[in-house]
Amino acid sequence: MAATRDGYGDGLLALSDNPKVVVLEADLGKSTKSLHFRKANPDRTISCGIGEQNMLLVGAGLASSGYIPFASTFAIFTERAFEQMRNGVARPNLAVHLCGSHGGTHTGTDGSSAQSIEDLAIFRTLPNVVVMHPCDDISTKVLTCQLPELGKPSYMRTARNKTPVLYDGREDEIQIGKGIQLTKGNDVAIVACGVLVHEALEAAKILSVDGINASVVDMHTIKPLDTDLIDRLADTCGAMVSAEDHSIIGGLGGALAEHLISSKLIPLERIGVPDRFGESGEAEQMLEMMGLKSHHIAAAAKAAIARKA
Amino acid sequence: MAGMSIEELENMARDCRAEICKITHRAQAGHPGGSLSEIDILCALYGTRLRVRPEEPKWSDRDRFILSKGHASPGMYALLAKRGFISHDDLESYRVLGGICQGHVDMKWCPGVDFSAGLLGMGLSYGLGCAFAAKLDGSVRNAYVMLGDGELQEGSIWEAAMAAAHHEVGNLKVFVDRNRIQNDDFCEVQMRMFDIPAKWAAFGWAVKVIDGHNMTEIVDAIQWMDSITDKPAVVVANTVKGKGISFMENNPAFHGAAPNDEQLAQALSELGVSA
Repeated sequence: MAATRDGYGDGLLALSDNPKVVVLEADLGKSTKSLHFRKANPDRTISCGIGEQNMLLVGAGLASSGYIPFASTFAIFTERAFEQMRNGVARPNLAVHLCGSHGGTHTGTDGSSAQSIEDLAIFRTLPNVVVMHPCDDISTKVLTCQLPELGKPSYMRTARNKTPVLYDGREDEIQIGKGIQLTKGNDVAIVACGVLVHEALEAAKILSVDGINASVVDMHTIKPLDTDLIDRLADTCGAMVSAEDHSIIGGLGGALAEHLISSKLIPLERIGVPDRFGESGEAEQMLEMMGLKSHHIAAAAKAAIARKA
Repeated sequence: MAGMSIEELENMARDCRAEICKITHRAQAGHPGGSLSEIDILCALYGTRLRVRPEEPKWSDRDRFILSKGHASPGMYALLAKRGFISHDDLESYRVLGGICQGHVDMKWCPGVDFSAGLLGMGLSYGLGCAFAAKLDGSVRNAYVMLGDGELQEGSIWEAAMAAAHHEVGNLKVFVDRNRIQNDDFCEVQMRMFDIPAKWAAFGWAVKVIDGHNMTEIVDAIQWMDSITDKPAVVVANTVKGKGISFMENNPAFHGAAPNDEQLAQALSELGVSA
């Protein structure tokens, strides 16, 4: 078990050898895990205090001057700097890499104030911005290390709490913009991101007991969406479920729906946080309360299959 | 052009004022008032100090100039045309579909523009990032930022002000165009800001107050900025919105309104410039 935020910290540290990489902090380096880079590279780490709006645009200025800035804070606070991301980063297409940790209701007991459930949706609306939400520390590290070559801005959500490690020794499979098929089945496709990838894998086991074979996909990159993979899965499975610890509105499920409506008209069921806020609770309690557990996904898969023509 | 005399700078500012009136008249839109209040400072900066290359606008070691009050773009475009970054004909593209002179200054469209501004409260942070980059590069280049006074009402300005002082960013130089008028009305009506120089000083900046239309004072202030190397420096320039055109001066109506035919003729006449 490991947290994706640790993967981010490991990735930044691994980028120490790139002299153009600069890290920006907004007082939460201990939490987002940028502190490892800071300790190794104090001259290339800039404390922006508790000021996210300023941080994003300091990043823009650095990016326009040839540097590769990585800025991180809690996912919820990235939202405060949305207009800076929109106007100062995305619009001039400056390669600032923003990481929001502690995303989703899985964040737990801090309660609804800290549980960002709309970050993926809002950043997905911005032209030029790549949006990612990896599911384990290994893939988070690999994706982070790929960002200096991206040449455009990005938003990556990481999670506070530990989740199973999936990709140890499988680093070569991970590439920005390419979903990863974790299981193969022809009855239904479950397309998940972040914490819910693990719930999706559990859901596939539940379904297999009933003789239902599911393809589970880790869609760590939500934008640009891997539409080739989605179309192949639609053809193969004929029914799909999205799964994310994010609002049911505008996230991965929204992205799948937007694509499928003009591509493959197959049944799609969406698992996500209903149109409501969370509350204080343990991570597992929150997933249960919000309907995000493996048994919810399995039920949604059966509902999607039942809707096949 | 660097090292221009006071008289040459004043002549350039007069010509830019005429262009500001023509540009906004042609578009029948835009922001003449704040362009006329800022233009003397822009001319002095580009005419005496800024290390830039019009023939190589993306020269990586250039000084940066960030017009944070990016809606006051007619002044910037008039200057860039005078300076040779863009052609005089380019000025006709102001606010026209596909034109390089976008409504608000945009680095993706117009050579010589260092930041896509027009969203108040953003330029100072961006300039701070540029200044950090210069320090990391070990370069002598500066980042200059022009702020409006109404813009100081944006909270993000003070995030940046605090960060710049904390990090002792001595290559960040700021002008506040204190023209006392914002979109809807006088600043004192919309949101009083009390003692602006004292606020900057309290944030840890070196502060100087000048008459933003006295070319000698402006040039001296630019040199004073160069003498400050251990902390960020700000020049609060007392200016007149609409400066130089009688009916625009101190008139909130010309924050965001273009002159009509008769007003353009009068403006050019007052400036002593032919149409």
